[in-house]
Amino acid sequence: MIYREAGDFKTSYAKDQQTFPIAFDRWGYFITLAFAFLVVPFIINDYWINAVVLPFLIYAIAAIGLNILTGYCGQVSLGSGGFMAVGAYAAYKLMTGFPDLNIVFVIFLSGGITALVGMLFGLPSLRIKGFYLAVATLAAQFFLVWLFNKVPWFYNYSASGQISAPERSIFGYAVTGANALPAVSYLFCLCFVVILAWAARNLTRGANGRKWMAIRDMDIAAEIIGVNPLKTKLTAFGVSSFYIGIAGAMLFAVYLGAAEVGEAFGISKSFLILFMVIIGGLGSIFGSFAGAAFMVLMPVLLKNVMVGQLGWPTDLAAHFEFVIVGGLIVLFLIVEPHGLAQLWRLAKEKLRLWPFPH
Amino acid sequence: MNAIDSYITPDGRTIGAPVMEMKNITLRFGGVVAIKDISFDIREGEIRAIIGPNGAGKSSMLNVMNGFYHPQEGEVHFRGEKRGPMRPHQIAHQGIARTFQNIALFKGMSTLDNIMTGRLTHMKTGMFSQIKWWGAAQREEVENRELVEKIIDFLEIQTIRKTPVGRLPYGLQKRVELGRALAAEPKLLLLDEPMAGMNVEEKEDMSRFILDVNDEFGTTIALIEHDMGVVMDIADRVVVMDYGKKIGDGTPEEVRTNQDVIDAYLGVAHD
Repeated sequence: MIYREAGDFKTSYAKDQQTFPIAFDRWGYFITLAFAFLVVPFIINDYWINAVVLPFLIYAIAAIGLNILTGYCGQVSLGSGGFMAVGAYAAYKLMTGFPDLNIVFVIFLSGGITALVGMLFGLPSLRIKGFYLAVATLAAQFFLVWLFNKVPWFYNYSASGQISAPERSIFGYAVTGANALPAVSYLFCLCFVVILAWAARNLTRGANGRKWMAIRDMDIAAEIIGVNPLKTKLTAFGVSSFYIGIAGAMLFAVYLGAAEVGEAFGISKSFLILFMVIIGGLGSIFGSFAGAAFMVLMPVLLKNVMVGQLGWPTDLAAHFEFVIVGGLIVLFLIVEPHGLAQLWRLAKEKLRLWPFPH
Repeated sequence: MNAIDSYITPDGRTIGAPVMEMKNITLRFGGVVAIKDISFDIREGEIRAIIGPNGAGKSSMLNVMNGFYHPQEGEVHFRGEKRGPMRPHQIAHQGIARTFQNIALFKGMSTLDNIMTGRLTHMKTGMFSQIKWWGAAQREEVENRELVEKIIDFLEIQTIRKTPVGRLPYGLQKRVELGRALAAEPKLLLLDEPMAGMNVEEKEDMSRFILDVNDEFGTTIALIEHDMGVVMDIADRVVVMDYGKKIGDGTPEEVRTNQDVIDAYLGVAHD
């Protein structure tokens, strides 16, 4: 009875196009934001931030990025891990090369560099589609990891071959390095997530998003109505890689602190992000968040239940975790192939009519 | 007919100078000749039909017009200028829109979004104002939305505005596709079998829309159609094709009495 649009009339097209057309949704969104900014920083602790919140925020950015490319523009990519590595190594080189550069600029510049690399690897998309494109991006994944392993310039000739983030701060608070406070890292990531999600929403709701979706749904018809396929696909690759590069830079600089390319940005990362996008829902910004939350939270939850509640040995629990998460993915895809976003949409439809089903 | 600059139709509309001229077009696929040395023109404000038996090369002709195929010989003149080698999306920007024989809508998008895609050639804001949204991008969106809403009213599809087009019945999908082409405000509208697979009522509706588009917006229309009754009723002039060749050209009356056309449709021994 609470959740419905009755009486919520739209009197202009601008109002009709807003992100949350239903007042209840709009308030829910503002309350969530206020809670995330004003309450969470005071109650958060080390365990929560490292196990759940930071990875969720950072992977949400990566998932939005891949969703723009795969969900909105229909170009399959298995190179997300490689592009995250580009972001991370760009951030590392910028941080060590220009120590005075503000960390915010470092992160955005890393995104920009990744966008250029992404567009380069997106060039074949004009000629090849579907599975074949996926294989081409897989080649990008392996090539990039190999490149960062083999060329010592990228890791500043360090003996271990690792990169580690020096301390950088904003307004006197350390964001990266060992002295960073959990609440500060959290707020730093949250700001990026909010701004980037807002930008993604704006990019996908208007003319630009329609170009991407037109290419996704039927590229020949899109070309007939005046969409330049090469330009449109390349912007999708560019924007997507920008997001993924930022996620990579933040994963390295803010979350991990130190990284080795094969371990942190291997093919399994590409699959992880692809799973997030598919489980969350292709072509939905909300779905990217839902998918990231699912893939980050589920292992933590399972581990807590199996080790904490049932008292199983940790190695057994770790193995079962794979089995259960894998099984859940399959189950989800059978029950709702359009992902969590679609489940949410259906739940809202039901809620609108509740308690009278007709 | 080419000698005169304009003519007046029996119902009193003045038809102007040629919008598009096809000059000696020949199109081959390997050894197969799809179109052989065809010339005709389409004039400002007229409804021009292309008819012919299956496999006559009608759809290929339409594909030549909007740049999907590049003819080996001959020239296409659009609005007085010879057209160089162009990609279909550039031709769309010149003001040619089309619909397809088997519907080519964007199935994952709503009716509204599909018709809004037709406005893309008119939407110019850059990516950064799109990201900002408030300001130029939103203003442009609302302006174009107003025009699209007029088209939605015109085609009487208000109730399905927010429905994904994949869920719509065939007749409505055809209408949405016409809407998407109209949204581009084309100077030349190409319709590939707009009434294929429709029942009598839907055909009547579609004919009415085509005539109204021509009448209200003054849009020049070239259409391919199999239903002879419809073609004879709505077309101002008709080109008849058979086996890639032009066998007739003129008003419906002239075409109807043309012996070659009668032979092509009723069948004589080709030897």
